[in-house]
Amino acid sequence: MGQVSTAAPELATVEARRPPGPWRTAGADLLHNRSALAAAVVLFLVVLATLCAPLYAHHVAHTDPFQSHVSGSTVADGKTVPVLTPSSTGLGLGVTPIGPTWDPAHYFLGADNQGRDVMARLLYGGRTSLFIGFTAALLTCALGTVVGVVAGYAGGVVDAVISRVLDVIWAFPVYLLAICLSVVLLTDGLHLGPLTVEAGSLWLPVAIIAAIYVPYIARPLRGQVLVLRNKEYIQAAIGSGAPTVRILRREVLPNVLPTAIVFVPLMTALAMLTESALSFLSVGVQPPDASWGTIIEDGLGLLYTRPAVTIAPGLLIALTTAALNVLGDGVRDALDPGARLRGGV
Amino acid sequence: MLRFIVKRFASALLVMFAISVLVFLIFFATPGVDPAARIAGRNADPATLAQVRHSFGLDRPMPIRYLLMMRHLLIDRDLESFVNRGSRVIPQIVQATPVTLSLVIGAALIWMAAGIIMGTAAAALRGKAADPLIMLVGVVGVSLPAYWLGEVVNLITQKQLHSSVFSWVPPPGYVDLSHDPGQWALHLLFPWLTLALLYAGIYARLLRGEVVTALNEDYVRTARAKGLSERRILIRHALRCSLIPIVSLFGLDFGALVGGAALLTEVVFGLPGIGKLTFDALQNLDLPVIMGTVLYAAFFVVLANALVDILYARLDPRARHA
Repeated sequence: MGQVSTAAPELATVEARRPPGPWRTAGADLLHNRSALAAAVVLFLVVLATLCAPLYAHHVAHTDPFQSHVSGSTVADGKTVPVLTPSSTGLGLGVTPIGPTWDPAHYFLGADNQGRDVMARLLYGGRTSLFIGFTAALLTCALGTVVGVVAGYAGGVVDAVISRVLDVIWAFPVYLLAICLSVVLLTDGLHLGPLTVEAGSLWLPVAIIAAIYVPYIARPLRGQVLVLRNKEYIQAAIGSGAPTVRILRREVLPNVLPTAIVFVPLMTALAMLTESALSFLSVGVQPPDASWGTIIEDGLGLLYTRPAVTIAPGLLIALTTAALNVLGDGVRDALDPGARLRGGV
Repeated sequence: MLRFIVKRFASALLVMFAISVLVFLIFFATPGVDPAARIAGRNADPATLAQVRHSFGLDRPMPIRYLLMMRHLLIDRDLESFVNRGSRVIPQIVQATPVTLSLVIGAALIWMAAGIIMGTAAAALRGKAADPLIMLVGVVGVSLPAYWLGEVVNLITQKQLHSSVFSWVPPPGYVDLSHDPGQWALHLLFPWLTLALLYAGIYARLLRGEVVTALNEDYVRTARAKGLSERRILIRHALRCSLIPIVSLFGLDFGALVGGAALLTEVVFGLPGIGKLTFDALQNLDLPVIMGTVLYAAFFVVLANALVDILYARLDPRARHA
């Protein structure tokens, strides 16, 4: 979708009748897609709710979701009750936290086994999950585009080396690679030249997730660029002595950008699912930070007594990723580059 | 064709070699990671650390260590775990394989059958109310976190409805097929359904797209002109051609799952398969076991990739020159 030159004077005078550009057409298509719009509204509400996390914690629930309240008490049904009750069965080591009270001011969804307000943690955890999902997806798409374009355009040795590296990452089951990297990097963080990521930082899962999905973007884009490179207008640009950077920026990039954009919502969904799985296996987001995955893990010990702790974050992940997938399908239909994402586990 | 096959397998071998080097580097060359410190335990004094390093061969140069490990893994086949001394890697993998195969083959049968039925039905009913409904199931499938779905299934079958509807569901775990086929199936039923739900939707969505495209092709119009019934056209003509991309995707997914990608399902349902073995080894930085399982996983993924490429080349000679 390179810029069409309208240099001829008689064409310039009929400016008003020029058809809308591809981006505007795609935007209009998306606005007429009801399910995509509904998905966008759902996403907006989820993001808005997580942005209101401090508001809820400080002014409604009056609690610090990162501080344990082991010996605290709260009000349920007009009575003062302890947040944690020592469990009467078993060896006496376990505790049963208060269940959902459905009262926003007092443990709306109950507490976890450290007496922390699950609702407030959900809102804060959502910020983490959305942040990691979205940043990792943007990074993957940016990196994948650069790698794919360079490999496809340069060809020869550069392409061969990049393609083999992508093959190796591709041949690793994604979750195994992500867990391998997480286990190793969690001990001492990531040190890559001047770049340092601390072990407990949220950027660590972002970097890992972004890296493992690069082949998913780079491979299809490389294929597109290989085809583009033989098109007459690119050959003409090369022949007219245009600098490579200019050809890449003005001719190649505008053509592959729709594919990269289509991947962003789908990749965000995939990255959020990956983050939650890593956190569930306790190699993702590290305490004191919380994400929807870590809350599910916290709830595992309480699964049979206080299932809300596990069910609520899972439902939120499912809702958000479903909305992202529907929105992604809408964006794909609007831009229609025929891209297809391989499913993860 | 033979040349293509030989070339394809040679590159598959190269990829596997590169993966083994990559895993080795991840665990031995990442700054701050010291397997000896993990083996020796917390607060080990320098003398103990040095002794551990020596007895595990961790004081040798990196390439020697790599070659020794690969020799013990592939040629002598006596590589031992760092953490459970005396326990060999290969028997552990051999023991875990039937568990993973049981899980994956059962789930694959269910998701392929469900995917083909749902996808074909959605294509046949396109434009009617059932089509978006079937596709909604597809979106749900790709959006659910696998481990969470497993936990919810456990919650429902083991606790909430265990005293009424699901009293026949055994506690999570695995029973060997040769030991008691009935119990084997009973223990695996919910893991199968959980894993299948995650894939059935993707397959249905993909197949629907392919069948709808095929139904607009000239050969379908010819079939209609010959007076064939819609049902025969759908199943014998459109569906048959649409299955090729599905089968190739299936090859890749199946390869990855057999190699341990069903890790989360195995962990949640307490199935001692390859995924669980890998995960436990990863948590202990038990490099020999990790090396064994990751190479095992890569073997299946690379093999599946190669077979899919060869299948494509067989069907479409142009792919041989790509």
